[in-house]
Amino acid sequence: MIPLSPNIPAQALPLGLAAKGYRGRIQSIVVQDHSTQLPAAEMERRLIELGFIEGAEVHILHEGFFGRDPIAVRINGATVALRRREAMAILTV
Amino acid sequence: MADTRAIRSLRLALVGAPNCGKTALFNALTGSRQKVANYSGVTVERKTGVAVLPSGVALDVIDLPGTYSLRARSPDEEVTRDMVLGQRAGEAAPDLLVVVADATSMRSGLRLLLELRRTGRPMIFVLNMIDIARFRGIEIDTRALSAALQIPVVSATAVRKGGLVELWARLDEIVAQGIPAPAPSSWAPPTAADLRQTHREADALIAATLREPVKPATLTTRIDAVLLHPVAGLLILLAILFVMFQAVFSWAQPVMGLILAGFEMLSASLRGLLPPGIFADFLQDGVISGVGSVLVFMPQILILFLFILLLEDLGYMARAAFLMDRIMGGAGLHGRAFIPLLSSFACAIPGIMAARVIDNRRDRLTTILVAPLMTCSARIPVYTLIISAFIPQRQVLGMFSLQGLVMFGLYGAGIAAALGVSFVARFLFWRGQPSPPFMLELPDYKMPRARSVLLGLMTRAQIFLKRAGTTIFSMMVVIWVLASFPRAPAGAAEPAIFYSFAAMIGRFIEPVLAPLGFNWQISIALVPGMAAREVAVAALGTVYAIQDGSGGTQQLLGPVLAQNWSLGTALSLLVWYIFAPQCASTLAVIRRETGGYKWMWVTFAYMLALAYLGSLVTYQIAVALGAG
Repeated sequence: MIPLSPNIPAQALPLGLAAKGYRGRIQSIVVQDHSTQLPAAEMERRLIELGFIEGAEVHILHEGFFGRDPIAVRINGATVALRRREAMAILTV
Repeated sequence: MADTRAIRSLRLALVGAPNCGKTALFNALTGSRQKVANYSGVTVERKTGVAVLPSGVALDVIDLPGTYSLRARSPDEEVTRDMVLGQRAGEAAPDLLVVVADATSMRSGLRLLLELRRTGRPMIFVLNMIDIARFRGIEIDTRALSAALQIPVVSATAVRKGGLVELWARLDEIVAQGIPAPAPSSWAPPTAADLRQTHREADALIAATLREPVKPATLTTRIDAVLLHPVAGLLILLAILFVMFQAVFSWAQPVMGLILAGFEMLSASLRGLLPPGIFADFLQDGVISGVGSVLVFMPQILILFLFILLLEDLGYMARAAFLMDRIMGGAGLHGRAFIPLLSSFACAIPGIMAARVIDNRRDRLTTILVAPLMTCSARIPVYTLIISAFIPQRQVLGMFSLQGLVMFGLYGAGIAAALGVSFVARFLFWRGQPSPPFMLELPDYKMPRARSVLLGLMTRAQIFLKRAGTTIFSMMVVIWVLASFPRAPAGAAEPAIFYSFAAMIGRFIEPVLAPLGFNWQISIALVPGMAAREVAVAALGTVYAIQDGSGGTQQLLGPVLAQNWSLGTALSLLVWYIFAPQCASTLAVIRRETGGYKWMWVTFAYMLALAYLGSLVTYQIAVALGAG
């Protein structure tokens, strides 16, 4: 598992760790620089463009067979597929 | 200056997010008055047309590539940004932006609109698919939205007759009043903070103007529960692919029989009409048997495209990308590469062009590199010919045809090769780089429209017929000349073709190909086969028809090959065709799409090496096992 870094609030659950069926609200978007090829700022903008923004409700609808990855997330009435690695940046409560 | 503005007709540009029905709206506005070309310097489709308003005023309409934001990430999105900002050389900025949004999920369209507003361009907001939105109980107060945005807002249903009444009327009104001059642009690439701000603004607007019932599980969610199930979903995807390939073989048979019979009749009636001689030979052996042996595969190609078009229109393709992401990711491919690679089963050229949806350069290049390994429809003629000649027609397990299974295996080999090559490419070219993100919206399922599927099929048929009529036909003529001249000397002991140029070339390259089990007939067929794979079948047809002097067509070619080739040779040729870079147009498209010769030669070299090695191993093993 990817270790949680100190700047992630203890009570927040990264969406990348949540199980299928999980429902939560986005608390913040915190992109770790090393987690993807994209610069953190760009990754953050892409997540926001897909609707991952503070306060939005998320619901994990589906997950893949291998490594339960990727996941399909219901957000704002749309369904978005993304990998768990990217979903680590989405902190939910 | 004022005069030029009055003379040229006004230009409308359609802008919208992907899947918002923008193209349907474009079709409804322009009807058949459309033109598709490329933007200068890039391979992005430039779709233009003319819309005639009820008042009789004609407007130029341009359909810009779909985008979520002007923050362009791919060549397509750059075109949209530059066109909207009026920064594209040689293109006037549009007079009016028609911003299209999907009324059933307005948020992304609304966000794009809010961003576009900063460009200062005059615009109108169209809520498309309003019928589906109303059906779902979504109510949108367009008047309040228009007042809040200070922009005209109309609702529309592009795919219904009469669905554009309001838009037509409003456009007439706007044109009559005169389109306001654009305000100065204050657009700059938005930061994360800007995006958050826009998002909140859009949310506030939606909260104020849109009422939506508490959602029960929609049809899409219920279907997805099965189709995206971790186990069932993958099995269904496999089953769909399997049915697709079985259909290509069994459904097409009756029509293929009809086409064959037609060419037989044509050939026979010509034989009766024309005096025997070189012209009759040319028509029968060169033209009819050559073109006929390729045209016969039209039904199979159309069935394959029918499946791909239906799955695309249904919205299943994005799901397939979701299901395949992890499997493809293990090989260093992006889940999004699934769509281009699946299109490559029909033809590598649209597949390579579809790779533009992948915004990451590394992923795009890998996808382009392996797309030609997918079994395209041009290989079908070669495969079916050899399979029907060498694989017995038997049922396996009481339900699958053995021939179909071999075909499935060839497709599987192509896929496995593609995964293997991309895996190796990751180590050769992109070692140590973390893989880029996979993020993709899964659109709601939609019933495919018969009209759009038919239009798509007709385009494919036209492209294929055009190829058969031009490239393939001219190659056939060349082959016939090569295979017929010089004429055999009087009283020759060998068949006439033995003395021809074709035999000379074939024998010249034969030593190189002999370890693969290829005779000179195959060697000669491979040379014109560089133009397009299916040409090799036609070439074999011509070579063997001339050799027998029977004037026969495709129908006879299978048995002839079965007599002349060993099983080892047949298997070796099948393996050759899994890998060989036998398609000049694919290589040309790779050069164009990657912007240089480097990747074209990389593709050509690795495919040729794989083909030679694969065939060599296959043939030598077959010989060792006694099938040589």
